[in-house]
Amino acid sequence: MSVAALFFYLFSAVMIAAAFMVISSRNPVHSVLFLILAFFNAAGLFLLLGAEFLAMILVVVYVGAVAVLFLFVVMMLDVDFAEFKQGFLQYLPIGGTIGLIVLVELVLVVGSWTIGSTSIANVTTPMPPGMTNTLALGRVLYTQYIYLFQASGLILLTAMIGAIILTLRHKVGVKRQNIAIQNARTPSEAVEIRKTPSRQGV
Amino acid sequence: MAHTGWFLALLLTIVKSVALLVILLIFIAYILYADRKIWAAVQLRRGPNVVGPWGLFQSFADMLKFVFKEPVIPDGANKGIFLLAPFVMGMLSLAAWAVIPVSEGWAIADINVGILYIFAISSLSVYGIIMGGWASNSKYPFLSALRSAAQMISYEVSIGFVIITVLLCAGSLNLSDIVAAQDTGFGALGWYWLPLMPMFVIFFISALAETNRPPFDLVEAESELVAGFMVEYSSTPYMLFMLSEYVAIITMCAMMTILFLGGWLSPIPAWPFNEVPGVVWFVLKVCLVFFMIAMVKAFVPRYRYDQLMRLGWKVFLPISLVMVILVAGVLQFTGWGAGMAQ
Repeated sequence: MSVAALFFYLFSAVMIAAAFMVISSRNPVHSVLFLILAFFNAAGLFLLLGAEFLAMILVVVYVGAVAVLFLFVVMMLDVDFAEFKQGFLQYLPIGGTIGLIVLVELVLVVGSWTIGSTSIANVTTPMPPGMTNTLALGRVLYTQYIYLFQASGLILLTAMIGAIILTLRHKVGVKRQNIAIQNARTPSEAVEIRKTPSRQGV
Repeated sequence: MAHTGWFLALLLTIVKSVALLVILLIFIAYILYADRKIWAAVQLRRGPNVVGPWGLFQSFADMLKFVFKEPVIPDGANKGIFLLAPFVMGMLSLAAWAVIPVSEGWAIADINVGILYIFAISSLSVYGIIMGGWASNSKYPFLSALRSAAQMISYEVSIGFVIITVLLCAGSLNLSDIVAAQDTGFGALGWYWLPLMPMFVIFFISALAETNRPPFDLVEAESELVAGFMVEYSSTPYMLFMLSEYVAIITMCAMMTILFLGGWLSPIPAWPFNEVPGVVWFVLKVCLVFFMIAMVKAFVPRYRYDQLMRLGWKVFLPISLVMVILVAGVLQFTGWGAGMAQ
């Protein structure tokens, strides 16, 4: 077995175990931490495929930003763990049945799936020689797929504006600081120096 | 026999890594000492001067003290995560050094996405803080962890944009190539600090915020949050936190050296300066940047939290965004970009 295969099985096994722990661990904070471990191993798999740029972006975006937000929210939730465990056995039969049905459906759908011949040809397209991963990706992304790229950027922008509008509340009567006015103040107008003779006050 | 070659390569990498780690940690011990000495000199004190000649062994004495003390784990703490947090922090801060080229060809892993790797690793160090703060199960550490996470995420954005401008100029994500791109024959005047001066300043200030150094050390603002997320930590776990903080600072110094100060290049490209090994220039530049960081700690009063957030989002983000567009435009229309020829 080559070293690459060894690492493939290592990353895959840890990733599947971590993904299982995400749904099975009792403490939601532990779940998020296991999710991060799963992301990490996914990045490792990308590295093995030679997609180093994707691997790093996965770590920067998902682990470094998205999962931090998850962790923020989950940490601040006030969850009663005893209540969690209580209903577990009661709902197990119904949940198990639904899960089984979904699994069977998925197997039926995925089992009859055939991959188009053009897609298969694209999978094995080797990287042009003498080109780094990032360069090759940029060449395709900013030329062939420029409209799709721009469109996804616009969708993200819309989502961002939507999120800001949903959460922005203008409170009335809040005193805000104006940094420009604060910085424009000089000692002559902000400080008053007085000579106070002793025992007489100002 | 193919296996022996592979084994030798692995062994060589391990030896190189261990050598780098040992040298780095000894360097950190003296950086800590230098930090305290500079701080003391600004405040007209003497600083550490008892252990060894001029107090040179102070850091090692401190380390021994931490190791031999009793680690206290609070009763309500989440024990696993509580102990995992300092290890995550220490491991991540040291992992960044795997790709940093200290001289020409002197990097343990000279990977193509080196700068993205460092960016990814440094964006993960926030987890050490959040995990430590949450697992302590105490009010002040938790508040400080939330503060710190928000602060680090905010400043990562501007650091990312600064890195993008340098990448546009150098045309590569490989750290060695970025240094090589600054070798224009003009010495110190050809490095990126001069044409990208505003970005250098933004990166310097963002690096202070990213590593929780004063004036942005709101994480451990002792007047409001006792000692921040480290309140419940003692002994070796605390030492790991402190150590990784300093390793992160030196990593940021090395980043500034590579991105803006020409890495291992000599500032005057003529004899006798050409004969000095590159690693000497690298270390000297890192020390220079660290001296600036240490002076900031001594001079500048702590920021208020809302001022910190305003600086990150309302000042640095727009400036660096505009600079990215500006630099890209200039490179496109003048054809100066390194990647244009291909």
